[in-house]
Amino acid sequence: MKRLTSFLTSWEALLVALLLIGVMIGSVLSPYFLSAFNFNALTSNIMEIAIMALPMTLIIIAGEIDLSVASVLGLSSVVLGLLWERGNPMWLAIGVALLVGLVAGCLNGLLITKLALPSLVITIGSLALYRGLAYVVLGDQAVSNFPTAFTNLGFGSIPGTEIPWSGLIFAILAVIFGVVLHFSWAGRQLYAMGNNKEAARFSGINVGRVKLVLFMLSGVIAALAGVIFTARFSSARPDNAVGFELTVVTVVLLGGVNIFGGRGSLLGVVLAIFIVGVLQNVLGLLNISGDIQSLVIGLLLIFSVLGPNLARRIQVVFTRRRLAVGSSKQV
Amino acid sequence: MAKPPEPTIELVGIAKQFGAVQALRGVDLNLYPGEVHALVGENGAGKSTLVKILAGIHRPDSGTVKVGGEVVELRSPTQAQALGIAVVQQEPMMFPDLDVAENVFMGRHPRDRFGRVDWKRMYREVDHLLVSLDVSLSSHTPVQGLSVAEQQLVEIAKALSLQARVLVLDEPTAALSSHEVEELFAIVNQLRERGVAVLFVSHRLEEVFTIADRLTVFRDGTHIITAPVSEMNTEEIIKHMVGRELSNLYPKSEAEVGEVVLEVRQLTRPGAFADVSFQLRRGEILGFSGLVGAGRTEVARVLFGIDRAESGEIWLKGTKVHIRSPQQAMDYGIAYVPEDRHQQGLVMNFSIASNVTLAILQKVSRLGLLDPRREQKIASEYSSQLNVRSAGVEQLVSALSGGNQQKVVLGKWLATNPSVLILDEPTRGIDVGAKAEVHRIISDLAARGLAIILISSELPEVLAMADRVIVLHEGRVTGTFTRSEATQERVMFAATGQER
Amino acid sequence: MTTTSQDQERTKQHGQVSQARLLGLVNRVRELGLLIVLLLIILIVGIQAPRFLSIDNFEQILLSVAILAIAAVGETLVVLTRNVDLSVGSMVGVTAFVTAYFFKQLPGSNLLLGILLGCALGLVLGMVNGLIVSFGRVPAIVATLGTLYVYRGLIFIFSSNTTSQVNASDVPISYLALATTQIFGIPALILIAAVIAIIVGYFLHASQSGRQLYAVGSNPDAANMIGIPRDWLVFGAFAASGLLCGLAGVLWGARFATVDATAATGLELQVIAAVVVGGVNIFGGSGTILGVMLGAIVLGTLQNALNILNISQFWLLALYGAAIIGAVVLDAFITRWVQRTILSRRKKA
Repeated sequence: MKRLTSFLTSWEALLVALLLIGVMIGSVLSPYFLSAFNFNALTSNIMEIAIMALPMTLIIIAGEIDLSVASVLGLSSVVLGLLWERGNPMWLAIGVALLVGLVAGCLNGLLITKLALPSLVITIGSLALYRGLAYVVLGDQAVSNFPTAFTNLGFGSIPGTEIPWSGLIFAILAVIFGVVLHFSWAGRQLYAMGNNKEAARFSGINVGRVKLVLFMLSGVIAALAGVIFTARFSSARPDNAVGFELTVVTVVLLGGVNIFGGRGSLLGVVLAIFIVGVLQNVLGLLNISGDIQSLVIGLLLIFSVLGPNLARRIQVVFTRRRLAVGSSKQV
Repeated sequence: MAKPPEPTIELVGIAKQFGAVQALRGVDLNLYPGEVHALVGENGAGKSTLVKILAGIHRPDSGTVKVGGEVVELRSPTQAQALGIAVVQQEPMMFPDLDVAENVFMGRHPRDRFGRVDWKRMYREVDHLLVSLDVSLSSHTPVQGLSVAEQQLVEIAKALSLQARVLVLDEPTAALSSHEVEELFAIVNQLRERGVAVLFVSHRLEEVFTIADRLTVFRDGTHIITAPVSEMNTEEIIKHMVGRELSNLYPKSEAEVGEVVLEVRQLTRPGAFADVSFQLRRGEILGFSGLVGAGRTEVARVLFGIDRAESGEIWLKGTKVHIRSPQQAMDYGIAYVPEDRHQQGLVMNFSIASNVTLAILQKVSRLGLLDPRREQKIASEYSSQLNVRSAGVEQLVSALSGGNQQKVVLGKWLATNPSVLILDEPTRGIDVGAKAEVHRIISDLAARGLAIILISSELPEVLAMADRVIVLHEGRVTGTFTRSEATQERVMFAATGQER
Repeated sequence: MTTTSQDQERTKQHGQVSQARLLGLVNRVRELGLLIVLLLIILIVGIQAPRFLSIDNFEQILLSVAILAIAAVGETLVVLTRNVDLSVGSMVGVTAFVTAYFFKQLPGSNLLLGILLGCALGLVLGMVNGLIVSFGRVPAIVATLGTLYVYRGLIFIFSSNTTSQVNASDVPISYLALATTQIFGIPALILIAAVIAIIVGYFLHASQSGRQLYAVGSNPDAANMIGIPRDWLVFGAFAASGLLCGLAGVLWGARFATVDATAATGLELQVIAAVVVGGVNIFGGSGTILGVMLGAIVLGTLQNALNILNISQFWLLALYGAAIIGAVVLDAFITRWVQRTILSRRKKA
C-alpha cells in the first residue's frame, strides 16, 4: 500500500502544481480573480459537481461507474419543484427529493449487483430513463418561486465569510468520504474489489452489498446536489445539469483515479475539482463561453491519461535495455 | 529404430535474462521428427521461458535456433507459426464468441476466388481435421462452452491445419481428467506417426514415462541431462531436478485426533455433487481425492458459502448450520484456501500486509478505522511463522515467488483463527522445496488442533499427508479409506468410478 | 479403430452439429426477438390508430432513423472491438455545420465536393480518436469522452468566428435535395443507409479483416498473439466511425436545413441505444449490422408510435432508457438460459 501511496503522491504533486499555475494565471489575467467574491462564485459554481464526484470516486475505485448522476440531479430537482408548487412544505419537498435519489440509485444498484449487468451500459440507460422521467414530471415547465430561505442555501454564504453553504456541505462530505476511503476498513474493501473482485469475494467481502450501497449513496448525493442546484438557480427544470455527469467523471479521472478501478485517492479528486473550478472561473472571467470551457476540460481529460502514457513510451525509447515487465513474471 | 540425422529443431546455447534473473543459461535442446520429447524441471527451471522463446514471444539473448537445419531468428509468434512451430499453452487462448472453425482459422481464413471468406470450405476442412483426430466436436460449436480439454484439442487441430512440424504442449494435463489425458495421448501418438516433433513440458513424471521417448531435465536455467526415458527412473529424475536428495518431501507429525468438528450429511448440489457425507475431526487431515471435475472444489465452495446446496445438512460442532455466504462461513470458523491463488487467493497489487489482513479487516480496526500498526504486527507474525521470504510485509505480493505467495494466502486464513481449514490444491505450481515447507506447516496445524480438509490431485501428497481419504467420482463418494487402507491403486480405482 | 466406434464418433459429431446449430439459432434469437417486438408494436399501435399502418408512415419512420442508422453502423464497428465511441454526436455536429457552412459560402460548388469534404472531415476526427486509443493507449471511454467535449468546442469556436447558424435559405437546393430526392420511389436517405448497412454487414461477414474485428473484441490478447494487427484494426474502426459520422453529418445538414453549433448534441445516446438494443455485446466479439438496423427501426417506431398516439414526446427519452436497460437485462437472461439448458445438455452427451 505504501508503494501505491508514494506513486499517487507524485500525481497529486502535479495537480497541486497545476492548481497553483491556474491560480497564478488567473490572478494575472484579471484583477477580480483573487477577490473573495470571486472565490465564492468559483466555489459555488463547482459545488454540485464536486459533491457528486465524491461517491463517483468510490464507485470508480470499486470498479464500476455511474453515468446517471446528472439525470438523478435533474429528476430530484423537478420533484422538489413540483411538490413545492403543489403547496407542500419545503422540508417535505426536500425529503422526497432525496428519497427519489435513493430509489434511483437503488434501482441502478440492484440491476448491476443482482443481475450482474455492466454498469457502463446500465447507467447510460438510466441516464436516459431518469432524465426522461424528469421531463414527464414537469414537461417544459419550470418552477421558480422558491422561498429566500431556501435559495440562500444555494447561493448564500456562511454569514461573515464568502464561503458558500454548499462549500461547507462539500467540505464535510469530503472529509467523511476521505476518511472512509483511506483510513477505514470499508475503504480497504473498495480497493480490494476494484483490483480483484473474485479475491475480494473469497475474502468474505460482500461485493454485491457494498456496490449496492455505493450506488444508493451516489443517488442520494446526486439528489442533494439537485437540491443545492435548484436553490442556487432558484429554478427547477427537467434540463437542469444536463451533461454534468461527464464533468464529474472527468474530475475523478483527472484526480488520478484509474478508470478500471483499484487505484486513486480522494485528495487528487479534490485537487482536480478545484483545478476545473479555477479553469471555468478564469475562462469565464475572460468571457470565454461554456462550450469552449468544456473543450479545455476535454483536453485536460485526454492528456491526464495520454501524458503519463507517452512519458512512459519515451522513457522506454531512451533506456533501451529496459526490463520486460510482463515477461519477467514467472509462476 | 534409427532416427533421421536432421533434427526438426536445434537449440544451442540459448540464454535469456530478465532484469536480474537469469532464466536460461545457455541450454541445448534437440527435437527430432516423430519423437515425443519431455521437458521436466521445477518451477523457475526455465521451462516456460524456453517455450515462450519457441513460440516467438521472447527473443533469446544469445544462442542459435535452427529449424529444419536452417538458422532462424524467431521474432514473433506469427513467424514461429509460419516456420511450423505450434504451441499449446496451459490455458489455451481462444475467442469465446466465435466457433471452433474460426478459432482454428482466425487470421488465415480460406478464401474463394473473389477474396471472400469461404465459410463452406472452412467448416469442411475443420470437420475433416476433427474427424481425423477422432474428436467428436463439430466445427460449428461455439468455443464458449468448451472444456479446457476440448479447447486444447481445438488448438491441436489448429496446429495440424498449420502443417506444424513441431508441437509444444505446455503442462497440458494440469486441468484434465484421466480419461481426457488418455485421449490427448492418443492424439499425441497420432502426431508422432505423422512425423511431428512433440515437446511435452510437464511436472508429472508418471505421464512422462507413459508418453515420452526422450527426456530433458532443466534446473535453475541450466540443461542438466538428456536421455532416453527407458534409461531413467523416477528417483534419478527427481534428483536431477532438485539437485539434492530429498529425504522428507512429506513430513508428517502424528496429531491427536479429537471430537467431530464438521459433519456433512447427504449434501447435494445438482450438476456438481450428490449425497456427499463425511465427518471431520479436530486434528485430523481429511484428504479429498479424485479426478479433476469430480466435484471436490464444488463441495468446498458450498462449505464456504460461495455456492449453495440444494439439500443435505451441515453440522458444526453439533449444531446444524446454514452457510449462505463466505462471511457466514468465516463466522462459523471455516476458512478456505482456494485453488487459484492469482484469481481468488490474493490481490496482486496489494502488499503482503494488506493481503494477510484482508479477511480480518474489522479485527485490525478500531472504531472503523484501520490500525496500521496492528496490521503490520499481525502480518509480520504470520510472515515469520510461515517463513515467507520477502523484503518486508509492505512488499507487493506480485513480486514474491509462487511458494511464498501461497504462504501469504495461508497466513491470511490462519489469521481468521479457523477451526476448519479447507486447502484446495495448496501446493500446485510450487517448487519442491516450498512444497515440503507447506506440508510441514499443514502437519503442524493439524497437531495444533485444526481440522483440515486437503483437496489434492497429487496422489502421493494425499497418501502421505492424510489421516483419512475420501474419494469422489463425478460428484459421488466412491471410497473412504483410513491411512492404512489407502493405497495408490485403491484410490485410483475409486477415483475412476469403480467401487469395491 | 473398429467400425462401430467410428460410427459412434460420427453419431457424436452429428449430435454436436445439431447442438451447435441450435446454439447458432439462439444467437439469431436477438434478431428474431427484435422482429417480434417490432410486429407487436405495429399490432398494438395499429389497432389504436390505423394510420400508423400506412406505407407513408413506415417511410417516415425509416427516414427518421436513416441518419442515426449510418452513425450506428460506425459505432458497431467500434463496439465490436471492445471499445466505445462517445464522440459520435459531436462528430456529426461538426461535419454537419462545416458542410452546411461550406455550401453557404461557396454556393456554386460541386455537390460531390461538399459531400467529400464532410466525409473527409469526419474521417480525420475519427482517426484522431483512433490514434489516442490505439497508439496513445488511452481507454476508449476516456478518450471519446474527451473528444466529445473537444470536437463540440471546436464547432463553437468555428461558429463564433463565422456564423452562428446556417439556414435553409443559405444553402443550394441541390444540397437540401439530398434529403428529399427519391430513387425508384424510395427516399435517397433510406437507400443510402440501407446500402451502407449492406456493405458494412457484408464486410463483417465475408472479409478477413471483418472477422478479425470480432476476434479483437472477443479476446484482444489472443488476437495480438496470433499476429492480428490489433492496433491498426481498432484505429480503423474508429476511423470508419468518423467517416460514417461525417456522411451522417452531411446528410444531417441537408435534412435539418437549419444547423447551428448544437447540432446532433446527444446523438450518441440514441446511437448506443440502437447498438445495445440491436444485440451487440458491449464487451465486443459479437453482434450484427442487421440487429443494429432492427434496433434503430424499433426505436424509431417507438418514437413514431408516441407521436401517433398523441402521447407526449417527453416520454421518449425515458423510453430510450428503458429500452437500453431492457435489452441488457434480456440478454443476460438469454445467456443464462443458454448456459443452463443447452450447454449442460452437452456435458451429459
